[in-house]
Amino acid sequence: MAAPAARGSTPYQRWARATLLARTPETGTARTLVLRAPGWPGHLPGQHIDIRLTAEDGYRAARSYSLAAPGRGEHLEVGVQPVDDGEVSPYLAEDLPVGADVEVRGPLGGWFVWRPERATAPLLLLAGGSGVVPLMAMLRGHRTSGARVPARLVYSVRDPAQLWYGSELAAFAPPVSVRLLHTRAAPPGDPRPPGRIASTDLPDADGPFAPGVPDVFVCGPTGFVEYAADLLLLAGHPAERIRTERFG
Amino acid sequence: MTDAYLDGNALAGPLAPILAVDPTTAWRHCPDCGVRGPLAGLRVYGPEPGLTARCPGCEAIALRITTEGPFTWLSLGGPDGAFRFRTG
Repeated sequence: MAAPAARGSTPYQRWARATLLARTPETGTARTLVLRAPGWPGHLPGQHIDIRLTAEDGYRAARSYSLAAPGRGEHLEVGVQPVDDGEVSPYLAEDLPVGADVEVRGPLGGWFVWRPERATAPLLLLAGGSGVVPLMAMLRGHRTSGARVPARLVYSVRDPAQLWYGSELAAFAPPVSVRLLHTRAAPPGDPRPPGRIASTDLPDADGPFAPGVPDVFVCGPTGFVEYAADLLLLAGHPAERIRTERFG
Repeated sequence: MTDAYLDGNALAGPLAPILAVDPTTAWRHCPDCGVRGPLAGLRVYGPEPGLTARCPGCEAIALRITTEGPFTWLSLGGPDGAFRFRTG
């Protein structure tokens, strides 16, 4: 994985063109977009980009999207969950033609970032809905870097149809583990009744996860993040080891 | 969407043309309530007509940033003293 260039020297600190190469469905509405950004400086798991659209009348709108995978040269992968009445996400998810250009800015963010090559602590990831996207970049970074630290993803979705990356998540093997939580409807045979994340869903409650204090990343809707962060604090996770990213 | 907000992670892009370093790891000590934390932990409301970042402890305004054509307006703290940068 390429290391990000020092800020100030990246060609993407201001807006630059990127081309949509492919769009693939993750759920009924969510899409993965693969963009090609010439000269992209590389990025770290957890970082995001801003995407800006300009209408024919000159109106511009920019939104942030999490990068779903470690850097692969000029290829960027972002996850888009269309927002009802959104100005940008429905267009990106359904209408932007493959081969068309958008403007991008990034890589962005140095707080909600996991560096596989420096990792010594276990990694605990808590995802709510499409908040899984930057956490998936961390799991993929764990895999491609050959990291040895234990990693656990606890991933809360409304029902099985809302699951992103299902087959890829099922293929992770130790030291990576994945636990799925369903808030409204669980698949047949799931012993866990549907419901929001609870203290019993945290790793220490369902058996030994790993020795040591984990680095924790939480991403999802605001309500999920606030609730999950409170559970973590009650379970004794030190606040300085918990990093959060919220979206409305 | 009245109670929906992003957080300070979303400020990285809008501040990128102005700051030489990533802002999301910058620490802030709230002069009103005393909460300490990273810029990434601010509650950010927007995105239109601009982003307003508030203290997670007391909702005091930490900064506001608005893009207007080739200009970016940035105000720090309360309602006084906006800085205007040429960013486009």
